[in-house]
Amino acid sequence: MSLMDTPPPAAAQGAPDSRTLRLVRVLLPVAVLAVGVAAWEFVVRVNDIPPYVLPAPSAVFTTLLQDWPVLSQSLMTTLFTTLEGFIAAAIGGIALALLFNQSKWLEYSLFPYAVILQVTPVIAIAPLLLIYLPQQTAVVVCAWIVGFFPVLSNTTLGLNSVDRNLAGLFSLYGASRLQTLRLLKLPSALPFILGGLRIAGGLSLIGAVVAEIAAGSAGAGSGLAYRIAESGYRLNIPRMFAALLLLSAAGIVIYGLLALTSHLVLRRWHESALGKES
Amino acid sequence: MTKGAALTEKQAVETGLAVDMRGVTKVYESGVVALGPIDLEVRKGEFVSLLGPSGCGKSTALRLIAGLIAPTSGTVRVSRPAAKTSGPHPVGFVFQEPTLMPWTSVRENVRLPLKLAHVPASESDARIDEALAQMGLVEFAEAYPRELSGGMKMRASLARALVTDPDILLMDEPFAALDEITRFRLNNDLLALWRTLRKTVIFVTHSVFESVYLSQRVLVMTSRPGHIASEIAIATAEPRGEDFRTSADYAAYCRKVSNALAPSYPGRSGP
Repeated sequence: MSLMDTPPPAAAQGAPDSRTLRLVRVLLPVAVLAVGVAAWEFVVRVNDIPPYVLPAPSAVFTTLLQDWPVLSQSLMTTLFTTLEGFIAAAIGGIALALLFNQSKWLEYSLFPYAVILQVTPVIAIAPLLLIYLPQQTAVVVCAWIVGFFPVLSNTTLGLNSVDRNLAGLFSLYGASRLQTLRLLKLPSALPFILGGLRIAGGLSLIGAVVAEIAAGSAGAGSGLAYRIAESGYRLNIPRMFAALLLLSAAGIVIYGLLALTSHLVLRRWHESALGKES
Repeated sequence: MTKGAALTEKQAVETGLAVDMRGVTKVYESGVVALGPIDLEVRKGEFVSLLGPSGCGKSTALRLIAGLIAPTSGTVRVSRPAAKTSGPHPVGFVFQEPTLMPWTSVRENVRLPLKLAHVPASESDARIDEALAQMGLVEFAEAYPRELSGGMKMRASLARALVTDPDILLMDEPFAALDEITRFRLNNDLLALWRTLRKTVIFVTHSVFESVYLSQRVLVMTSRPGHIASEIAIATAEPRGEDFRTSADYAAYCRKVSNALAPSYPGRSGP
């Protein structure tokens, strides 16, 4: 919008306010980060804390640059595992929810096990999986176990939240099961599915990291979490922090991408993706 | 238990009936007797209102005619063209809420019944354009439902009901949630539509004034269990317009219908 076509007075008055507010909302966390990092650097320098106890942020950053060849390789490994786990969780969760929706018998037989898989801590399952499966497969399976349940339960919720009158309309016009699924149930469930995927993205990363740590303690692996475990054994604390930083950044990017996808898909019709005014 | 059946074209011509309900009851699984027994005959091309308080089974009656639910006993017969001897009842249904799919445009919402019947796009496009034009929605065809006002949404819902060119239009308190000005406009539009298309309309409402304004016949229903308490013919000559709304005739009919409705008000003992 150019400044020439100014909106009516009320809106014009509101606009700079909302812009300032948006700026503040971005700047405040950044300022908090800057202050935190500066304080950390200061404390380390003043007290002369050795890097194997607590490295200064500058040391972490230097390590990040120096070890980039190793760390970037590990980052790619972890991201790839997460992606595999996420895709498996998405497909598995949605497919299972569709099956459950079509057959109550299947739902009654299998749903309890989905819950059991969800409530059992994955960190306890990972070592067992590593015994029975090749390492890379075990890691992906861990990512899948953690990620699929939110997709399953959200999709199920979405498929059951179809407008009753719309469902009546479909049966009035003699819609087949497949038509009802494709034209009514899936679109109705879409916001729920996207919400489930957004949770699953972060959880897949957690699942991958947990499995890598379990694998790392067995002395094998190449992902970021393995680097953390390995660096811990070698008292290479700056590298631990650098790897942690990358994991955190990966998590943020994954969440951001999924939130963006959700927004782009839903922006024309769903309340969650629309501004408060429209 | 007898299920809903179809009046064949031949039978329908002989009887001149669009809908024929005989001794129909509906008991829900919870044991609540929602309806009946009722007998209801609606002639072809007639505009009939079902009027009554909440819970008198008027919506249930409409759903039975639509075939959305099956009667517990009795028969529901709905006339259908000879060409269509099976499949869903050939009716258009308008719900109290616009019941549009929020994820797609008005045009695609109106297309839905044709899509479900596997009508090819080349054929359905012309019919959608016609239905949109009838409801004055041409310029809103590409809009999404949430971009429309309540009245416009209801128009889209009506266009969807008309797109299959059904002989019978079932309307379940379609204008109840709208403001009075919009409702009056839609009342007039509906009457104009009915005059040109001569469809059979069964209109459920809880507004005395709306039922008298629109219908040729008002069926007053009372609750527990729902049955038809009285029938009042509105014999005013067509075409009715805004003048009718303020006429003494209209006021007299409204009083008559209100009195017929009075026994069903809780806590009152007759007119």
